[in-house]
Amino acid sequence: MKKQITKISKEKEYKKYVNKKVPKPSYLKNSLWAFFVGGAICTIAQFITNTLKDFGLNKTDANTVTVIIMVFLGAFLTGLGIYDKLGKKAGAGSIVPISGFANSIVAPAMEFKREGYVLGVGAKMFSLAGPVLVYGFGSSVIIGLLYYFFTR
Amino acid sequence: MDYIRAFIVGGIICVIGQLLMDGTKLTPAHILVSFVTTGAILTALGIYEPIAKFGGTGATIPLTGFGYSLAKGAMDSVKKAGLIGAFTGGIQSTAGGVAAAVVFGYIMAVIFNPKSKK
Amino acid sequence: MAVKKIGTQTVKFDSPPVITGTSSIVGPKEGEGPLSSYFDVILKDDLFGEKSWELAESKMLREAVKSAVEKSGKKLSDIEYMFSGDLLNQLMSASFAARDLGIPFYGLYGACSTMTESLSLGAMTVDGGYADNLVAVTSSHFSSAERQFRFPLEHGNQRKLTAQWTVTGAGAAIVSSSGYGPRIDYVTTGKVVDLGIKDANNMGAAMAPAAADTIVKHFEDTGLPTSYYDLIITGDLGKIGKEIAEELVLDKGYDILKNYNDCGLLIFDNKAQDTHAGGSGCGCSASVFCGYIYKEMMKNNINSVLLISTGALLSVTSTQQKQSIPGIAHAVSITNNRC
Repeated sequence: MKKQITKISKEKEYKKYVNKKVPKPSYLKNSLWAFFVGGAICTIAQFITNTLKDFGLNKTDANTVTVIIMVFLGAFLTGLGIYDKLGKKAGAGSIVPISGFANSIVAPAMEFKREGYVLGVGAKMFSLAGPVLVYGFGSSVIIGLLYYFFTR
Repeated sequence: MDYIRAFIVGGIICVIGQLLMDGTKLTPAHILVSFVTTGAILTALGIYEPIAKFGGTGATIPLTGFGYSLAKGAMDSVKKAGLIGAFTGGIQSTAGGVAAAVVFGYIMAVIFNPKSKK
Repeated sequence: MAVKKIGTQTVKFDSPPVITGTSSIVGPKEGEGPLSSYFDVILKDDLFGEKSWELAESKMLREAVKSAVEKSGKKLSDIEYMFSGDLLNQLMSASFAARDLGIPFYGLYGACSTMTESLSLGAMTVDGGYADNLVAVTSSHFSSAERQFRFPLEHGNQRKLTAQWTVTGAGAAIVSSSGYGPRIDYVTTGKVVDLGIKDANNMGAAMAPAAADTIVKHFEDTGLPTSYYDLIITGDLGKIGKEIAEELVLDKGYDILKNYNDCGLLIFDNKAQDTHAGGSGCGCSASVFCGYIYKEMMKNNINSVLLISTGALLSVTSTQQKQSIPGIAHAVSITNNRC
């Protein structure tokens, strides 16, 4: 028992000691990059939406088509090997927009092509994005049910 | 004007993600999951709708916007179709994006090969 | 009776085995680093003409063996054992290379400590009189390791400042009972040490206590002064791990500040090559030892080395199950006492 206690305190002490050595990321620089790249991606999307509306699409359709185009751009830039370089600088600025969701699908899909089209591409495609769909769809159903029972 | 609003709202949402990434041990996958879920919950509570109205794509393009479409779709469908809408609504409203991700993802994976990092 | 054992964890050889030849192969990025002139082969393309990175890694390991055998003036058929391992699941690189080479094979897993693990066992086998010539070899590959342990390459994430860069490289050393070259005098086998670090992006801190433990044990067991060595060099602790190891060893009363370095810090120019905390992987200490250190020893610029390859014994499963990272380190003492 006593040995256990000294072990834990030793680990805690070591953790504290290590934390002092770990360099801190530059929050300001990273945040500025995230802000400008994330903002720019959303502005491009706004331009696409406005253009689609000018072509006579209604608001819902314009939004859906915008999402599809942004997904395409994210996927295409990942294929060209540009999106990971952008992500290195922009961090969340390129991860959080929907194009980053596409990046998280294409990256593993490309990489596991050598393991075949079913168990490689097909199965690994959602290794990063799958959880997003699980929790996204899951919460939408729960919210729908709650809405049904509480608004009646 | 709507460009500036989209820029600022989108930028701020991404900065929140960046601070979470730098300040915590959360991986990008954890952050995306929490953004979608948070977006859905904020929509259910009626908080995200005004943000989306103000920010336009600045609010709908980040993953919180994906949560917003899911929750909004579910609630709208419940209004129209009742209980079954809870199951169909969310996925219906986001079907375009998800299908695009699958199809474009597959096509890109077939065409391109990953490049080693320098 | 274990007559060759001294102290608690160290072996002293009666007739110290000789390292008669080494060879190193590295990837393009390592070839742009500060040690570039010491490597035997620098790949232009890290696929090495293969279909996948895993096969490329295996080919590097295989070619390193062939060229080390040649440089030691021996034939492949003279090599009686191959002690080898790598980072891939079920040792794909090592066993596929052993299949093609046709050398009797012991597959080892010691994560990035494999270079000294294989040298230790090889030296014991030779001094024990069980072989005259054998090869100790290991490899790692940035792209195959990234894919197994972290994210797909094209995923747009940011590397943590504490993260290290897996070296694309392989190193092979021929251990012989006689011949010309530096000799292995002592081997200190490390214990698994774990001080509870869970951050897989900070492996230097996870491995440093194991390295410090083995270094201290080596000096306790042998009674040698720390100044005995021209160079005490750990495998891949990186910037943060090196600082910690230095201080932990000093804490036990051994001063290694003057002659201590880390392979992970030598192989890359961290600032210019954006490798954050430094290099890592089996191939890190393997290519630095088989390239830089061995060649400097042959030129008599360095005459005594304590090489301590360090390994983080984590897996994807253990990390996902939120377990801490056990560290391991084995020390091999190599000196220029040529006969």
